[in-house]
Amino acid sequence: MAFRATINRILRHRRFPNSANSTLHLTNNTRCFSHAPSPSPSQSFKANDKDPHSGSSSLKDNELAKFAAISDTWWDSEGPFKPLHLMNPTRLAFIRSTLCRHFKRDPYSTRPFEGLKIVDVGCGGGILSEPLARLGATVTGVDAVEKNIKIAQLHADLDPTTSTIEYCCTTAEKLVEEGRTFDAVMALEVIEHVANPEEFCKSLAALTNPDGATVISTINRSMRAYATAIVAAEYILHWLPKGTHQWSSFLTPLELAMILHRAGINVEEMAGFVYNPLTGRWLLSDDISVNFIAFATKTQNTI
Amino acid sequence: MLKKTVSSVFAWKIPTRSLCTGVVNVPASTVAEILNENEKKENTISSNNVQQYDIAIVGGGMVGMALASFLASMPMTKQLSVAIIDSNPALSGSMSIKKEDPPDPRVSTVTPATISFLQDAGAWKYVEQNRHAYFDKMQVWDYTGLGYARYNARDVNKDFLGCVAENKVLHSALLSCIKDSDFKKTIYPLRLNSMTLNRSSMSVVEENMSSRESSSAQGQCAKLQLSDGSSIYAKLVVGADGGKSQSNQRKSITEEEFLKDVNSALDYGYGPHPTSSLSGTRDVFSWFKMGTTVSANESFEIPPKITKLASERMVFPLSLRHANSYASKRVVLIGDAAHTVHPLAGQGVNLGFGDAYSLSRIIAEGIALGTDIGEVNLLKKYEAERKPANIAMMAVLESFQKAYSVDFGPFNILRAAAFHGANYIPPLKRSIISYASGEQNFPIFL
Repeated sequence: MAFRATINRILRHRRFPNSANSTLHLTNNTRCFSHAPSPSPSQSFKANDKDPHSGSSSLKDNELAKFAAISDTWWDSEGPFKPLHLMNPTRLAFIRSTLCRHFKRDPYSTRPFEGLKIVDVGCGGGILSEPLARLGATVTGVDAVEKNIKIAQLHADLDPTTSTIEYCCTTAEKLVEEGRTFDAVMALEVIEHVANPEEFCKSLAALTNPDGATVISTINRSMRAYATAIVAAEYILHWLPKGTHQWSSFLTPLELAMILHRAGINVEEMAGFVYNPLTGRWLLSDDISVNFIAFATKTQNTI
Repeated sequence: MLKKTVSSVFAWKIPTRSLCTGVVNVPASTVAEILNENEKKENTISSNNVQQYDIAIVGGGMVGMALASFLASMPMTKQLSVAIIDSNPALSGSMSIKKEDPPDPRVSTVTPATISFLQDAGAWKYVEQNRHAYFDKMQVWDYTGLGYARYNARDVNKDFLGCVAENKVLHSALLSCIKDSDFKKTIYPLRLNSMTLNRSSMSVVEENMSSRESSSAQGQCAKLQLSDGSSIYAKLVVGADGGKSQSNQRKSITEEEFLKDVNSALDYGYGPHPTSSLSGTRDVFSWFKMGTTVSANESFEIPPKITKLASERMVFPLSLRHANSYASKRVVLIGDAAHTVHPLAGQGVNLGFGDAYSLSRIIAEGIALGTDIGEVNLLKKYEAERKPANIAMMAVLESFQKAYSVDFGPFNILRAAAFHGANYIPPLKRSIISYASGEQNFPIFL
């Protein structure tokens, strides 16, 4: 029951009070995250495409290989990344409104993110990074796949506004080691491909400035998501190549909120993405049963 | 160094699935001046003297200027730099319109919806300073004399059904509105010779990244070559260059004969006037009386006679055309460049203004979300909004036109009955008026 109450609170956009710890205690009726199936739970998301870890988790190598194979088509809006291109404006609408509210920026300005340092973790071809740069932010894009970074850099150089984006082929962990921090950390559609989500969230938290924002989007681990995001999207409509997503790696909103909380980040708002097949457009909604996005802030007292 | 990089860019191995360099097919036939060129390897980009714009509007007629003026009036878009390409001299100087000038034969009827768009943009006040005429009643009758319909603005509780204004008045109002604001626009009094879209392949990664100069920043833009040899670059090219109709002056019949023809068409030349059905058929509809519209009570008004022509006669060929698609990468069509209709309901330019309004809103939405304004997904949103509405209007007008070209006894009676129906059924009449006023996008007469 406590969990339902918590998730309702999240949906009603209320700030978590500092005594929120008590409501997030583990009870038995939800899958305990630390038992989540993962071949090598102790390994954090380190990837180095120059020399893959020997004997390491095949899960993450497969993930990298999957993306490296289709990296040429990132900017082909009719290609395998078409669903991402279509969903992009909707994600940006959420990001724009939450970040403007959090950083107290004028929502009617054309460059509301002027002066903000944002990192796009798992930027891929730069589909999210480029609009963020156009909105005025100083963007750093990181991705573990070298090819993606090259494609992203080439495409960003075509427009003077986006040529200022800094692209690095690295991981969140390495950035933490370098001691870099950002005002906002974006990790959209990444966490479902990561070997150890908990470590990943800790890295994201370390990258965020105090009172900074973290935005994570992923797919819910629900039956509906299985039917929609895997069966329909991969096998029936062929929007995504088969095997892009593993249902077992999906996280429920509650699990995500929990691991973020353990990393010192409180989820403030969540929204879902819904696809309207008649208009072919994605919309923001309260329905978090398939795709959802969470806006979180770093609390003053980190764990 | 630059040339080497550019030529090596184009020498990449291109896998079969990807985009290819070179020729791009621009959708509609009316942007006919655009020739397809092959790759612009040679003269590349000297970033110093080539101007780069956000939007290039090809065609500075009413609809093109309306788009510029809507963009200038919205906070999200007023910082865009716009180039307007039109060789019309009216654009460069401020040719003032004197009240003593004889009325121009080229006039348009603007619907209340268009008037509200122009008011929002701040252009309508300039129209009111010049000659314009609001009208509140409209009477339509069948040449067989069997039926008529009267529409009154009071039917929908409005003051007017529309306004008639000369095209040059509308045009100069839009121009003044743009000049007022500090909108960054540049007018090129030239014609467009050709346009190239650089579709460089992104598929193969180049190892040598050392020459990432700003000159490649133009790589993603469309390059427009103008008639004086200069070129400009634009992120988005808007085709607003009209339906290519040429007006020519024909002097085959004299003025008196022309006047006689027009008067007889209005009077009894084709058939008897419809009898005003105040007494006769009203009994049948008397139980509708509660909601009857004002205009149903009015009798048929005999049109006034025309005594003299105030200007020259002109002939305009009519056409019905529609582009297959309004949008492709970096190019979008609005107004007559996308669709031309029969003038019988005065909707042509209003559809164009609707297009300009909708495109300006979509561009503002795109800028708010940091999208590249030339991106095809964004432009397709504009197409999805306007195409069904435009096609519906064209279908309605075309069916009217076809219905009137048939002169066959029983069909005429059917047609007249339809007229009567439209005249006397209030909800139908109100929705016809609101559709024609542009308040409703689809002819759903419910």
